[in-house]
Amino acid sequence: MDHLLSIQDLTAADITTILDTAAGLKDIALRPIKKVPTLRGRTVCNLFLEDSTRTRISFEIAAKRLSADVINFSAKGSSVSKGESLKDTALTLQAMGVDAIVIRHAASGAPQQLTRWVDAKVLNAGDGWHQHPTQALLDLFTIRERLGHVEGLRAAIVGDVFHSRVARSVCQGLLTMGAEVTIVGPPTLLPPRVDTWGAAVSADLDAVLDKTDVLYLLRVQRERMGQQFFPSSREYARIWGVDRDRLARLPEGAIVMHPGPMNRGVEISADAADAANSVITEQVTNGIAVRMSCLYLLLGGEQATA
Amino acid sequence: MPSAGAPVLAAQDIARALKRMAHEILERNKGAERLVLMGIRTRGIPLAERLAGGIAEIEGTGPGGVPCGSLDVTLYRDDYARTGPLPLGATRFPGPVDGKVVVLVDDVLYTGRTIRAAMDAVMDYGRPRAIQLAVLVDRGHRELPIRADYVGKNLPTSDDQEVKVHLRERDGSDEVLVRRREAAA
Repeated sequence: MDHLLSIQDLTAADITTILDTAAGLKDIALRPIKKVPTLRGRTVCNLFLEDSTRTRISFEIAAKRLSADVINFSAKGSSVSKGESLKDTALTLQAMGVDAIVIRHAASGAPQQLTRWVDAKVLNAGDGWHQHPTQALLDLFTIRERLGHVEGLRAAIVGDVFHSRVARSVCQGLLTMGAEVTIVGPPTLLPPRVDTWGAAVSADLDAVLDKTDVLYLLRVQRERMGQQFFPSSREYARIWGVDRDRLARLPEGAIVMHPGPMNRGVEISADAADAANSVITEQVTNGIAVRMSCLYLLLGGEQATA
Repeated sequence: MPSAGAPVLAAQDIARALKRMAHEILERNKGAERLVLMGIRTRGIPLAERLAGGIAEIEGTGPGGVPCGSLDVTLYRDDYARTGPLPLGATRFPGPVDGKVVVLVDDVLYTGRTIRAAMDAVMDYGRPRAIQLAVLVDRGHRELPIRADYVGKNLPTSDDQEVKVHLRERDGSDEVLVRRREAAA
């Protein structure tokens, strides 16, 4: 692997390697000393030009548990707020000799662009509406850990698919690993060419619930409210939100996932979020192991030593 | 030098060596109470299990009487920058190591770098009273000041040879072979 830009660049074998490696790294969190020396002397820069807490912290913990040095760089309080371009920021980091750049950017394709300017390994932590590959990988890890496999499972991705890089990445990852995917949501929140994704499409959540092993709920992006995508959060909750009643209609053993942060009472009710088959907090825990795995697999070998 | 066809150690030699090592471990530590055996992945694991079984038999503690775990040292190796990422295996400690005597078990002792990594890994889990080392074969060529406490067989070799340990749990039979390293390696 040269970089981690998109889940679509990865074959099923690549994904399996990442997940197997993550499984070997996960138990570091259970030790008295939650740290191994593997990435000692490597520098990882978190370049977050769009707000994020959990992904940035998760990447930071992942790098630190592998003993890398971590620099956090956000738009606020940096030269970016003075108008520095991404290219100049990248060249500055290059000149400082960082080994990996974890980038979140509001523009789709920014991580790809970054690879043309720097020698460092680039990890996409979310770009625009395009991709969020580590989210998809941690979701696949969580599914595999809970259900034993991904192939042949029936997954439903529910909600604002249009604005969601998570939906795109998770859908592609699930399809690569051999799952069946149904996209469910208000027609106004489905992307125009969703029929080319290789997934089924439905506007009726209740019709797919009893045929779903993995129910993946997307965050309703409150900032889109009042933009005529749907009338109100109460109406959204009634038609596409998941509560105890809908949870009860899932087959035995099905799991509920959410990439966070949740809007309790909108896409998921409070009691559904805390139900036994909700794996939402496991997703967060597994995110660290999966990001450790990506850093470990990307930063080895000679090309990483400057 | 023996060819690949002639094992330097046959199955009964390995069995005798392990039995002797089990006795030596007990003698040196005056019993089995504080022992924790840690097999280094991959062939150290079945060897550690056999030693633990042998010790339990001698002491009459019954099977499982001697705690035994497995150690993957990949994350502690010193050649990550050269070899790149290697597949990871599981590390499993049978319990806390504080105050215990941890006996590391491996098939071949060569440069000593694996053992250095294993000691660091154990220290990250706790503070053992002592760490000791048991190996089936010591082939020399140390690059670090490390020596084994219990050795099945000292086997002087040259650098262009490789020592192959086959164990029935993984390879179907018990034998130790010495052969010329393949040109590509």
